[in-house]
Amino acid sequence: MCDSNLIPVAVEHRILANNDRTAAHNREHFAAQGIFCVNLMGSPGAGKTAVLEATARAARNPRAFAALAGDLATDNDARRLANAGIRSKSITTGQACHLDAGMVHHALHHFDTKDVEYLFIENVGNLVCPAVYDLGQNLNVVALSVTEGEDKPLKYPTMFMKADLVLLTKIDLLVHLDVHLTAIQDAVARVMPNPRIIAVSAREGIGIDKWCEWLASHQVFA
Amino acid sequence: MHEYSIIQSLVDSVEVVAAQHDGATVHHLYVRIGDLAGVDRTLLQTAYDTFREGTICEGAEMTIERVEPRWECGRCHIEIPRGAVLRCCECNEPARLAAGDEIILQRVEMEVA
Repeated sequence: MCDSNLIPVAVEHRILANNDRTAAHNREHFAAQGIFCVNLMGSPGAGKTAVLEATARAARNPRAFAALAGDLATDNDARRLANAGIRSKSITTGQACHLDAGMVHHALHHFDTKDVEYLFIENVGNLVCPAVYDLGQNLNVVALSVTEGEDKPLKYPTMFMKADLVLLTKIDLLVHLDVHLTAIQDAVARVMPNPRIIAVSAREGIGIDKWCEWLASHQVFA
Repeated sequence: MHEYSIIQSLVDSVEVVAAQHDGATVHHLYVRIGDLAGVDRTLLQTAYDTFREGTICEGAEMTIERVEPRWECGRCHIEIPRGAVLRCCECNEPARLAAGDEIILQRVEMEVA
């Protein structure tokens, strides 16, 4: 019989390194195709699909847009986006509460992105899990509706920490609520190092021009 | 509940490490999880205890080390107090996260023959 030995092996390995490799691959693909990719996250019902529909309505050339829409079940969002003129494909995740880079990579293999300038990845509605997974996007945008209350950023700091922009949606409803814009701005500033908020209403078309300007200004530097 | 998918990646990573050591028996894992990593440590432990059966980690305990978030000024490195606005009070530079978003497999203890 041999004596056995316990040996400690220092690894210091990022557990999601495989996801990060696939995300880097996706990112290279987007860069090679001249596609600017936005990972759009937010709670269920925050208005992610509605904002994209309004973006298509406001755009001179919605043919330059494409979207991958992640949902646990149904392809309702992808169909809504297609009706709005955005080339779309749904990613049905089953029980998974988020998209990962592999799901996006797989979807891209079955999706024509020729002549696409902006690809929106509408993540599964969830303020927790999607923040953990890099998909290969250029920027993260979080949709936060005013009806969710003032302190959501403080309750879900990781999501807002990773955001490059917060789209404050359903701003037309603010007058009906006991919610104050300054309180939301203050909460965001405590979890997001370089806070940038654009208030929008997809229904009324408010702020969509500013959002489109923001997209265009960032695409130039991608 | 992305903790299950993180555990799947963790077990895959441990398999690679064990293979590099001639398939040694895995005894103990040490992982480091930041408070701002978006991972619930209790759920992660539950996911591990459920998922490790039938894998290389079946007989291995997992110890999770918590890392508290630390924000500091990206320019003058002054620490930003917890809960404060994430801007330097001296130079107004946006804060950067110095620690607290880790999802790291730190160390694997293995038994080699």
